[in-house]
Amino acid sequence: MAAIAGDAAVARFEERHRALRRRKALTTAIGTVLFAAAFLASAIVGELDPARLAAGVPNILDYVHRTLPAISARQPLTDIGEWYWAIDVWLLLMLDTVLMGLVGTLAGAGVALLFCFHAAANLAPNRWSFWVARRGFEFARTVPELVFVLIFVFAFGPGPFAGVVAIAIHYAGALGKLFAEVNENADPRPIEALAAAGAGWSETMRFAVLPQVLPNFLSYGLLRFEINVRAASVLGIVGAGGIGEELYLVVRRFIYPDISAIVLLILVTVALIDMGCERLRHSLIEAGPARATR
Amino acid sequence: MLEIIGLTRRFGTVTAVDAVTLAIPHGQMMGIIGRSGAGKSTLLRLINRLVEPSEGRIVFEGRDVSALRGRALRDWRTDCAMIFQQFNLVQRLDVLTNVLVGRLNHRGTLTSLLKLFTAEERAAAIRTLDRFDLAEAALQRADTLSGGQQQRVAIARALMQEPRLILADEPIASLDPRNGKVVMDALRRINREDGLTVLCNLHTLDTARQYCDRIVGMRAGRVVFDGIPAQLTAPIVRDIYGMGEEDLDRAETVTGTGLEAASRPRIAA
Ligand SMILES: Nc1ncnc2c1ncn2[C@@H]1O[C@H](COP(=O)(O)OP(=O)(O)O)[C@@H](O)[C@H]1O
Ligand SMILES: [Mg+2]
Repeated sequence: MAAIAGDAAVARFEERHRALRRRKALTTAIGTVLFAAAFLASAIVGELDPARLAAGVPNILDYVHRTLPAISARQPLTDIGEWYWAIDVWLLLMLDTVLMGLVGTLAGAGVALLFCFHAAANLAPNRWSFWVARRGFEFARTVPELVFVLIFVFAFGPGPFAGVVAIAIHYAGALGKLFAEVNENADPRPIEALAAAGAGWSETMRFAVLPQVLPNFLSYGLLRFEINVRAASVLGIVGAGGIGEELYLVVRRFIYPDISAIVLLILVTVALIDMGCERLRHSLIEAGPARATR
Repeated sequence: MLEIIGLTRRFGTVTAVDAVTLAIPHGQMMGIIGRSGAGKSTLLRLINRLVEPSEGRIVFEGRDVSALRGRALRDWRTDCAMIFQQFNLVQRLDVLTNVLVGRLNHRGTLTSLLKLFTAEERAAAIRTLDRFDLAEAALQRADTLSGGQQQRVAIARALMQEPRLILADEPIASLDPRNGKVVMDALRRINREDGLTVLCNLHTLDTARQYCDRIVGMRAGRVVFDGIPAQLTAPIVRDIYGMGEEDLDRAETVTGTGLEAASRPRIAA
């Protein structure tokens, strides 16, 4: 009896299993077709032409070849010195760009910190402030930095200030969303305790939420510092000053070795910042919650 | 005197607290017992106004506190300090700051946000901690303390509010018996020494009998017993819990005297 009942269960399972696999195979097939169609459509819209691609590649290689500096084995140091003939100016400009990225990052993080509590569903003091904070962050991060910087160059004139404001706004939007998500995972118990003690909303955020989320905030804040420095270099091209503007200049004037020199300088700087931030973030994470000895 | 008059709270179709009327004179230590889901927590949270009443009134010393808003509501919450089963400390802050948090409604927002507590406030916090043998731990992070220590920090925080009432929601349900005793002793001490009214939800009958001047039994949101511990006879226990005390004890030993919240001893529902 039991064996027969068991067999029936096995049969039912096999049936369901087969149905499930059929459905899965169907989803995969539909997905593949859709992907191929989308790929084809975007290739046509993007005028992707294999022949043109093949014809263009040598041009790229040629361009890169031209920018390569002439460094001989006989006197390499002198040649490198020649290559980086304007290193003093470039370093200062690079510093400008790094500062633009840094100030933009700090200002953006500050704005995100100020409004991320309103943008968290569990903490917002009322519905309209939640809505305003959410939409504000969304707007700030969906409008590209380039659009902001063009507006600000028009408004404040060319220079790093426009770049800083553009980076700050975009970053505030990106970071605000992350911060709000961290807030939504905060332990509700201390929040309840502070409310029960008669603390106001801002005090509750300060004492019950901030201590919990601050290490994550710092880690996220550092996450994109190097991306912001890279963004600051690009913004220079459209008038925000710094090393980007210089790069744009030498590209327009076809001063080929300078192009490679500046690009390499940006590359190394961004990589160094990335490594430094990574270190800092790791030490932050390791210094995280000491476990209770309960 | 705290008067609760016809207090009712509904959650959808569930009536968590059903027309409860109680008068609690000043300085009383009152225990509230009943099965899980009887409405004990909701009753305490109604008094503190963390939960809004559906019907009824809460009157404290002649003043109706059931409709207060804004500043007045926060002042009322400061007057009736809450102790939670899970202690609800800010784990990443040091013990001292956790205790000073009790002062927040007594001071300006800006100085609070900058964490600028005065030397007197710090001294008061240390003295309060010292009453519970925790002054030494003042600069330790809260999450380095044992459960019993954390609950005593929570009591110190409550005292810093300079409250008129203490509302304790199963304060020892997450503790082992030894730590449970230390915490109950602390609650009785502030009841006797500071003259504070204490309302305490308890899950063990013995604790209620041992510590409380008066016991209120709840079942399905209603008060079904109200008297002194000696009046809590076997038939009444059966009426409150729907089972005899021996079964109750067995239910508790089966679930164990949990050290952790997950396995906390609860009367089986
Ligand atoms: N926030 C809430 N939403 C919905 N139902 C709730 C809520 N709080 C409590 N209840 C219900 O009210 C009843 C009483 O709960 P509670 O006061 O926590 O009981 P006790 O503390 O005695 O265990 C339970 O049926 C519970 O499910
Ligand atoms: Mg409860």
